[in-house]
Amino acid sequence: MAHVKIPIGPQHPALKEPENFTIVLDGERIVDVDIRIGYTHRGIEKLMETRTYTQNLYLVERICGICSYAHVCNFTQNVEEILGISIPKRAEYIRTLFYELERLHSHYLWLGVAGHEIGFDTLFMYTWQDREVVQDLLEMISGNRVNYAMNAIGGVRRDVSDEQKKKVLEGMDYLEKRTQYYKEVALNEQTILARAEGVGILKPEVAKRLAAVGPTARASGINVDIRRDDPYASYQETPFEVITTDTCDVLGRVVVRVLEIFESIKIIRYLMEHLPAGEITMKVPRKIPEGEAINHVEAPRGEDIHYLRSNGTEKPERYKIRTPTLANLPSIAEMLKNSYLADVPIVVAAIDPCMGCMDRVLLLKEGKDHPELIEWERLRAYAMKWYAEKGWK
Amino acid sequence: MVRGEGVEIMDLLYSLLYLLVFPGIVFLFFFSLFVQYLDRKVYARIQRRVGPPFLQPLADIVKLASKEDVVPSNADRLMFTVAPLVGLAAIFAAFMYLPIVSVTGLHSFEGDLIVILYLLTIPTLAMFLGGWYSGNAFGQRGGMRVASLLFSYEIPFFLALLSPALIEGSWQMGTIVTRTTTHPLAILVTLLGFGIALIALQGKLERLPFDIPEAETEIVAGPLVEYSGRRLALFRLARDAEMVVGSGLIVAVFLDGPMPMLITVQPWSWVWGALMFLLKTLFVILLLILMKSAVARIRTDQMISLAYKWLIPLALVQMLIAILVRFMGWL
Repeated sequence: MAHVKIPIGPQHPALKEPENFTIVLDGERIVDVDIRIGYTHRGIEKLMETRTYTQNLYLVERICGICSYAHVCNFTQNVEEILGISIPKRAEYIRTLFYELERLHSHYLWLGVAGHEIGFDTLFMYTWQDREVVQDLLEMISGNRVNYAMNAIGGVRRDVSDEQKKKVLEGMDYLEKRTQYYKEVALNEQTILARAEGVGILKPEVAKRLAAVGPTARASGINVDIRRDDPYASYQETPFEVITTDTCDVLGRVVVRVLEIFESIKIIRYLMEHLPAGEITMKVPRKIPEGEAINHVEAPRGEDIHYLRSNGTEKPERYKIRTPTLANLPSIAEMLKNSYLADVPIVVAAIDPCMGCMDRVLLLKEGKDHPELIEWERLRAYAMKWYAEKGWK
Repeated sequence: MVRGEGVEIMDLLYSLLYLLVFPGIVFLFFFSLFVQYLDRKVYARIQRRVGPPFLQPLADIVKLASKEDVVPSNADRLMFTVAPLVGLAAIFAAFMYLPIVSVTGLHSFEGDLIVILYLLTIPTLAMFLGGWYSGNAFGQRGGMRVASLLFSYEIPFFLALLSPALIEGSWQMGTIVTRTTTHPLAILVTLLGFGIALIALQGKLERLPFDIPEAETEIVAGPLVEYSGRRLALFRLARDAEMVVGSGLIVAVFLDGPMPMLITVQPWSWVWGALMFLLKTLFVILLLILMKSAVARIRTDQMISLAYKWLIPLALVQMLIAILVRFMGWL
């Protein structure tokens, strides 16, 4: 049977954001996949060079609508590293609290999206309703649901009161019960198993070669977690386990995320019970000395790397962001090979892609690889010639 | 006026009333809308949503009917227009043979069960043709899925519905709807068939976990992707009416339709019959809604293997049981 090429995207209902997956099909089986990005680049890195560090706090937060805190924290860690300061203990704990609350709502959101991709809308509605509990907690402490504006350079902007502490702990009790229920559903519902088990296989050695990160890598049995391997905030003193599975399929990615929810609940309980007293912020200069810093944190989707070069002014000279989705994209091509066409939505969704955060500019050069392209100068010359030949001015 | 003529006019009036108002076209139209409301509302409540208001299905129909009339330029205009009409007409025709107020429908003869089964396959064909001729890649892909899944639910549906007929030794609905009064144990013997028929009906109606032809996250809306306005309204109405007729058929064959089960009540008025029919149909529809809300969508290959590995063999077992029961005279 002849191979058929099917474009999935840039506009497709299975993709929430525009990217292109060109799929080569043999019947319903996928033979090869070509991924092309660059449809939703936003130029945030360049924009950051035109703003002060304080303004950038709010810009960086808007890289992602889900893991906004991972980005803003990464940024503040970079700036604090160049300043050579260490923030108050209480601020560190509050930052860790937000990291974990964010992981909670991100994993809940993902579970619902995964359910929706395989047509299980009831699961989608259930998880998104429970996610509201986390959102309410975030709003209670920070005043915001998505972009919390919680960080300042040198600490955090809002404190956690004793009453709020109690409410967070109550929320965790509720979520633990619900997560137990989702765990049972995900591991026992036959139609979920039929769609997730053995689908989108990513072998450990392939995952390593393609540099997969976060839950995607951990579901392939790779024991990697920045929180443990290179602790930041207060993870050094917080007990938790790194969850891995060795099933290497979509079901493994579900299991890792569901079990990570339990770990996050555990961490949040520890933080609330051991929250140290003291200041939550410190005074820092407006100008940042010359220097370089690179930091990585474990965002809900995996390792998030930020690089900062400062030149002694109040604006950064260069800022560079590598989000986990970019690291996981090459794995998608590998996972899709030998799957069915109907598996594309769930396999793509299984890495929890966030295209808008990840996207890169794509520069295409005219030449024999791209016969359809024509460069601006040549197009201009062609237009002049064409008009001249017609005798028009 | 001669007396005979009066009787003929009364007959004609009765038939017209039956055909057009109750339990004919008007009743089926409103009952279908109510069933759509129930489907959406219960599904929503199970998912902890609010769900639509009571008149929403009617409002949807009115709104769709008042929309601009669009036929895509690639589409075959005739087939594109005729497909939803044929689908709807087939279902309304099938409805006339269903026993709703008494043991027979508008018209009854030996073999009317086969006619209903035949008429109920036409909407699937209409859906396939509509998708195929809409000139859209997603529509054609969806149409192909509709056609390729046809056998995986039609065969078990047919086999399951024929086993009660085998026990009664009749292809006539009128005989089958009184089966539990003549053979009370038959209800236990055909329980397996009832389950198979329910699952197959869910597939026939293309509802979760079998909504493969219109998998939203894979092929948008499948065959319906190019449909809008009044044509879409007709297709949606046809889908709802098919749910009513399909459930009504299962009720008639397995649960005695408008008759009380296990006992004979004399005289049994048509009001009680209609109420009985409504109650039992709603019960079957409720089962369909519950099935839909607790599962994920399976793949084409998984549905075909489900049908050929489980549903059809089980349906054959059910038939074998029915044949044994009948010829050994165990009931």
